[in-house]
Amino acid sequence: MQLTAKQRTRVDWFLTILRVAALVLIGAGLVAFVAQVVDSNNPFARWANPDAINLTGRQFRDLVVAGLAQGAMYGLIALGYSMVYGVLGFINFAHGEVFMIGAVTGAITSSKLAEAGAWEDNFVLCLLLVVVLSMVVCTITAVIMERVAYRPLRGKPRLIPLITSIGVSFFLQNFILVLLGPGTKTYPRMPEWLTEKRTFLEIQGTRLLVLAAAAVAMVGLWYLVERTKTGKAMRAVAEDAEIASLMGIDVNRVIVKTFAVGGAMAGVAGILWGLLFNSVLHTAGFLPGIKAFSAAVVGGIGNLGGSMAGGLTIGVAESLGPLVILEPLGVSGPSQLRDAVAFSVLIIVLLVRPSGIFGERLPSEERT
Amino acid sequence: MSPDVPATNTPASDQPASPRAEPVLELRGVNTHYGAVHILKDVDLAIYSGELVCLLGGNASGKSTTLRTILGLVTPTTGDVVLEGQVVTHQPTRERVALGVTMVPENRRLFKRLTVRENLDLGAYLRTDSDQIAADMEQIFELFPRVKERINQKSGTLSGGEQQMVAIGRALMANPRVLLMDEPSMGLAPALVQQNFELIQQIHEAGLTVFMVEQNANMALSIADRGWVLQTGRVVLDDTAENLLAHPDLQASYLGTAEQ
Repeated sequence: MQLTAKQRTRVDWFLTILRVAALVLIGAGLVAFVAQVVDSNNPFARWANPDAINLTGRQFRDLVVAGLAQGAMYGLIALGYSMVYGVLGFINFAHGEVFMIGAVTGAITSSKLAEAGAWEDNFVLCLLLVVVLSMVVCTITAVIMERVAYRPLRGKPRLIPLITSIGVSFFLQNFILVLLGPGTKTYPRMPEWLTEKRTFLEIQGTRLLVLAAAAVAMVGLWYLVERTKTGKAMRAVAEDAEIASLMGIDVNRVIVKTFAVGGAMAGVAGILWGLLFNSVLHTAGFLPGIKAFSAAVVGGIGNLGGSMAGGLTIGVAESLGPLVILEPLGVSGPSQLRDAVAFSVLIIVLLVRPSGIFGERLPSEERT
Repeated sequence: MSPDVPATNTPASDQPASPRAEPVLELRGVNTHYGAVHILKDVDLAIYSGELVCLLGGNASGKSTTLRTILGLVTPTTGDVVLEGQVVTHQPTRERVALGVTMVPENRRLFKRLTVRENLDLGAYLRTDSDQIAADMEQIFELFPRVKERINQKSGTLSGGEQQMVAIGRALMANPRVLLMDEPSMGLAPALVQQNFELIQQIHEAGLTVFMVEQNANMALSIADRGWVLQTGRVVLDDTAENLLAHPDLQASYLGTAEQ
């Protein structure tokens, strides 16, 4: 069957209908939200959901900041998915577990530090130490994972390392379960000056810290990838490994470094999770991992800036979406649906822009 | 190899460099397999310093495999690859690049998302003499002023001819002892093919040893000193460019009808 550019198939029509339906739903929710905020007695607001909670300006802003903080965390995890995909062309589903190991490492070390009394006396130094330790543990985990699970599968069809990564994911989860038991690992209390609300622009200090830490990690990564010889080699291998090897680049070492850097970013994200939620389970890597993977796809997989943008998009969407779009439409218990909102963002972005927000596809590029 | 080639008088300039000199690059009785498929059969080649030589052959004759064997992208089953007198048959690619062999790949294969400068930098990846690298880059700008104009552009945005210049420049940045060219006439407009061969000649005249793999025999032989013809993995002709051009079997061997 031959299709010219202008012919539309039934699938195209179906997709168009889906796109329009998604956008209409979002639009209606937003209009209802605005209507209710402007005047909760106007007819449109009453029609949609007469009992809607009207968000105050401050609540709205807090939701945005909370979403950004969590989104920055997703973004850091997403970088690991994106980098490995760029270099090896498969999705490493065990990356969420690397993040979980970072969070667990943070919980254990910070508890020990708190027992010794150092956590409260010297919080900043302790936090730095915890972050570095978590990065080291995650880096080692990621490198071992590459060596043991993925290198033997190099050159095999991509489905094989993909399935393997799911196996590695289960292995790591259960390894932590056996090692540390099924209980929740908690972080010690954060100092009050951090958790107090009225610091800068009345934003909670923890969220500011999370955003700042993510920004520092992102800048560091950007420098590594864009400005160093190692980064240049990584980008070269990502584009054409064979030609990169002809330049004298040791492709295996570059791949190991890619896993290491992705692991380090997951380590930072693990500590941010600890700061935001204060506790971690051996299964904690799954959902953030899948959301981060969605973030990488939303941003355009393989594109590092896109991963961060995708993370922030998903974070803000799942934070705001339930109360700004679902609640005004009369959905009951909308906050239970935040995960559904996060994945809806993925579906909607893929419907409108299949290569992601920043995804670029060069005309001569062929991925099979 | 080709005992039926009539002996003719050839001008001295077409002779290989003095036989006493050690070849820069040598293949000794190389056999290469892909799985069970026998690709290269007892290939012997020797390239001497300062030569411009070509390996001719039709599709699937083993030309690309020869280059891949030289570069270590495949390992021969038997036989040796010798670079500057050193046997490198089991050395990884980067060791061979460090010894001075580099390739301009077929269809250029630039890193399209990287800038022109980054492409050139990657060519010099193994070098540490930063002063000399900068000087070499200046030389490439002299050779190709267009490359300098485009230096901060993503190389994927360049025209085909410009990309060819960057591809050659990238290879030259490795400061090679011998430059391999894989199908320099492929994927370019006819006018650019002509320009490309002039570039190769220019580089060669500047003193570089060039080993070119090509389907377009007339083009290649018009600038080469001597050449080989490869047919289904076996070297069937080995002579000076002039004799090869005049050889009755040359065209036939492309069609796969030449018998040894």
